[in-house]
Amino acid sequence: MFRLFANARYDFIKWRKWAYGLTALIIVPGLILLIAKGLNYSIEFTGGTEVQVLTHDRSIDAAKLRAALDAGNLHGAEIASFGSDTSFMIRVRIGETNVQSPDVTVKAVRAALDAGLGVGKYSVGKYEGIGPKVGQELQGKALLAIFFSFFVTLAYLAFRFEWRFGLAAVLATFHDILTTVAFIRYMNLEVSLVVVGAVLTMVGYSLNDTIIIFDRVRENLHKFRRQNLYDILNLSINETLPRSILTHGTTIATTLALVFLGGEVIRPFALVMAFAIFTGTFSSIYIAAPVLMFIEKRWPGEDARGARVLTSPMATPPAAPVPAPAAPALPPKANKTAPSAAR
Amino acid sequence: MKTIRNRLLLIGALFVIAVYSILPRSTVVRQLDPRTGQMVDATERLVPITLGLDLRGGVHLDLEVDQTQGPVPDCKDAIDRSQKVVRTRLNEFGTLEPVVQTNGNCRLTVELPGESDPDRAKRIVQQQAHLEFRITDMKNLFRDALPGIDKALHDAGVRGAGNAAPANAVSQLFGADSSKKKNGKTPAPDSGSTSAVFSGILFQGQMPGEYLVPVEQTHLVDSLRKITAFQSAMPRGIDLFWGTDSLYRGARAYKALYAVESKPIITGEELEKATARRDQVNNHSVVVFDLSRRGGRVFADATGRHVHDYMAIILDTLVQGQPPIINDQIGAHGQIDLQSKPLAEAQDLALVLRAGALPVRLAIVDEQSIGPTLGADAIHDGIKAGAVGVALVIIIMLVYYRMSGLLAVSALGLYVLFTLAGLAIFGFTLTLPGLAGLALSVGIAVDANVLIFERIREELQHGKSVRLAIDEGFKHAMSAIIDSNVSTALTAFILYLVGTGPVQGFAITLIVGIAASMVTAIFVVRTFYLIWLQRRPDMTTVSI
Repeated sequence: MFRLFANARYDFIKWRKWAYGLTALIIVPGLILLIAKGLNYSIEFTGGTEVQVLTHDRSIDAAKLRAALDAGNLHGAEIASFGSDTSFMIRVRIGETNVQSPDVTVKAVRAALDAGLGVGKYSVGKYEGIGPKVGQELQGKALLAIFFSFFVTLAYLAFRFEWRFGLAAVLATFHDILTTVAFIRYMNLEVSLVVVGAVLTMVGYSLNDTIIIFDRVRENLHKFRRQNLYDILNLSINETLPRSILTHGTTIATTLALVFLGGEVIRPFALVMAFAIFTGTFSSIYIAAPVLMFIEKRWPGEDARGARVLTSPMATPPAAPVPAPAAPALPPKANKTAPSAAR
Repeated sequence: MKTIRNRLLLIGALFVIAVYSILPRSTVVRQLDPRTGQMVDATERLVPITLGLDLRGGVHLDLEVDQTQGPVPDCKDAIDRSQKVVRTRLNEFGTLEPVVQTNGNCRLTVELPGESDPDRAKRIVQQQAHLEFRITDMKNLFRDALPGIDKALHDAGVRGAGNAAPANAVSQLFGADSSKKKNGKTPAPDSGSTSAVFSGILFQGQMPGEYLVPVEQTHLVDSLRKITAFQSAMPRGIDLFWGTDSLYRGARAYKALYAVESKPIITGEELEKATARRDQVNNHSVVVFDLSRRGGRVFADATGRHVHDYMAIILDTLVQGQPPIINDQIGAHGQIDLQSKPLAEAQDLALVLRAGALPVRLAIVDEQSIGPTLGADAIHDGIKAGAVGVALVIIIMLVYYRMSGLLAVSALGLYVLFTLAGLAIFGFTLTLPGLAGLALSVGIAVDANVLIFERIREELQHGKSVRLAIDEGFKHAMSAIIDSNVSTALTAFILYLVGTGPVQGFAITLIVGIAASMVTAIFVVRTFYLIWLQRRPDMTTVSI
C-alpha cells in the first residue's frame, strides 16, 4: 500500500512557541488593520443597492459608469468589474449617498444609467436593494450565529469529551475566526452573508479536525495509562497525520476548483474556505493540542491525569522528551521518520 | 450471509427511493398563455428539486407593514390578511410557483421564480387596490370653510412661506377663473385680515369640489394638511384627495385636489368581477367591473339619490381621472377609465381589484432580481467546478487507496444521489451556495472513509488479519466520525436558523450531505467489504 507520513514521529508540540509567534504575526497586524479601517461590509449589512450591469458595448468602462452615476447625483458609488469586461457591479450604500430607501436607490441608479449611457446600451443582470433596518438585523443575526455556534459546540464537546477538551477546541476555533477575519481584511474581501456562512462552515470544519485528534488523544490516554500528556498529544497528532493529509487534500481540491471555476458569486466563499482549511489544520495541531496541555496543567483533570504526568515535560525543555516506560510507539529520539511506503 | 442480503436489500431500497424521488415527473403548472394573456394549466416534466432564485432567476421581495403613516396596532393580523390577498393576486400573475410567506410578525416574503419584470411584480404586490366611490363636495362645504382654515393656520403660526400668491389673491384668482366655472358660484369671500396661506394657492376647478393647485405647490399643500389646526378646521364629513392627472391651463401645470364626502357610497369589497378592455369609442383602456348582488343594490340606491352629482372613483387615495357626472341610477355594472394608459396596466389593475384590497400599506425593505441567463450561468459554473472538484477527489482516492478507494468512490456516487434525493423529498431548495456546499461536502464526505481506511491500515500494521482489521477499523473510527459530523451538523443548523435564502440553502445541503455521508461511508462501504470478504474468504492482503 501507498502511504504518506505513516508512522511519522514528528515532535509537533515542541514547535508550539514558534507556532504562537507565527499566528500572532498574522492576527495582530490584521486586527490593527481591522480597527483602523474596518471591514468591507456588503450591502446586505449596510443597506443599499447593488446592481449588476451588463454592457452591450465594450467601450463602456468603469469611468463611463462613474460619470453616468455622478451625473445622476449618485456620488460615492462603488464600481467593480465582475468577471468580464462587459459586466460591472455597482454598489450604492445607504448613508454614503443622499438616497435612503432601497426602492428609491434602485430607481435612481437605473435612471442615472439610462441618462448617462442611454436606454438599451446596457441591461441589468441582477439587482438587490436592502433597507438599513434589514441590514442591521442581519448584522445582529450573524453575530448571534457565531456566538451560538460556540455555545452549542462547547456544550456538545463537554457532553462527549469533558470540559477541558471542549474549552481547548473552542479556543482553537476562536483562533481560527481571528485568523480568518485577518485574512478577509488582508484580501479586502467583501463581508456578505455568504462569507459569514463560510466562516461558520470553517468553524464546523476546524472543530471537526480538532475532534479527530482529540478523539485519538482520548483513546491513547486510556491505552497508555502511564504515558505523559506531551507524548500522547504528539503520538495522537502523528497517528492522525495520514488522515489529515488526505482529507485536507480532497477538500482543498474541491475548494480550489470552486475558487477557479465556480464563478464570481462563489469566489469569496471559496477563498475563505480555502484559507480556513489551512488555518483549521494548523490550529488543530498547534493551538488545540498545546492549549489542552496548558489547561490540564492549570486545572488537572482526572481523565487526563495531568497533574502527575505533566510534571516532567513541562519542567524540562520540550526539546528533549522524557523517555516514558510504557510508550511502545514513541522512542526517545522521535523527530525524523521518512514517509514510508510499505507492502 | 443473511446480514449481507439484508444490507443489500436496504441499500437497494434506498437506491430505488432516491432514484424515484429525483426522476423528472409531470407537474401541472399555471402559465401565462402568450396569445390570450390568460393563465392556463399546462403539464411539464420537471426534476422535482426546487432551485433557488439565484439559480433560476426571478424576483424576491421582502415587504413590511408601512407604519410611517401611523402605527398599525395588529401587525400580525394585518400581514396574515395581506398574505392571502397577495397570494390570490400572484396565482393569476403568470409565474410558476410563487412563494408568499410571512416572515416574523410584520413582514411578508414574496418570491417569483422566473419573473423578469420586477417593476410589474412590485406593482402587483404593493398596490393596495383600495377602491372607493364617493360623491364630490356638492354643497361646497370645503370652499366655505376655506377662510376658517386660513385663519386656523394663521393662528397656528403658519405664515405665507412659499406662498406664491399675495394674500388678497383668492378672489382675484377665483375671479380670473370664473369663466370656467359651470355652476357660477361666487368667489370665496376674502377675509383680508388673515394671510390666505392655504386658499391662496387654490383655484376653483370645473365642478363642485374640484380645485386646482399649481404642481410646484403640491408639497406645500401636503405639509399644510398635516398640521392639526388644518385638520380641525376641515368641515365635517369632507375629505381631500389628489387626482391622478396633471392639467394644463396655458403654460402652467396643475394638480387636481378633490373635496369629497367622507363616507364612500360603495367600496371595492363589493366588487365581484373585473376585466380590462379597450374602449371602442375613444380607445381608452378601461376596467369594467360587476358588483355583487348586494353591492349592486346599494350602488343603485345611492346613485339614484345623487343623479346630477359628480362621483369620484378613488383608487389608493388617488381620484382616477375626472369624476363623471351621474346621469341616471347605476346598477351592478360600471367601469374605470384609465385613459391612454396601456392595456397591460388595465389588466393588472383588474387583477388586483379581483383579488381584493390589501388591509395595510406594504413597504419594500429588501428586493432582489436575478436575470434568468445569469442563473443559468451560475448553474453552469457551479456544476463545472463541482465536477472538477469531484473528479480530483476520485483521482486522489483511487491513487491512494486503490481497490478500497474504488469502493469509497462508488459509495460517493450513492452519496451524491442520496443528497439530491434528500433535497427533493424534503422539498428543500438548491441554491448557488448550496451547489458549492454540495461540492465541498463531497470533499468532506470522503473524510469518513479516510478515517476508516487509515484505521484499517493501522490495524493491519499491528499484524491483525484482514477480516479483524476491517472490523476493528470500522469500530474504532466510529466515535471520531460521529463526533465530528455531529458538530459540523450543529454549526450548519445554526447557520440555517439565522441565515436567509441562499445561505439557508447552503446549510440545508450541508446537513443533508452529512446525513447521506454517514449512511454511505459507514453502512454502504461496510457492506461492500463484507461482500468482498465473502467472495475471497482466504484473503490475506487487502488492497487499501
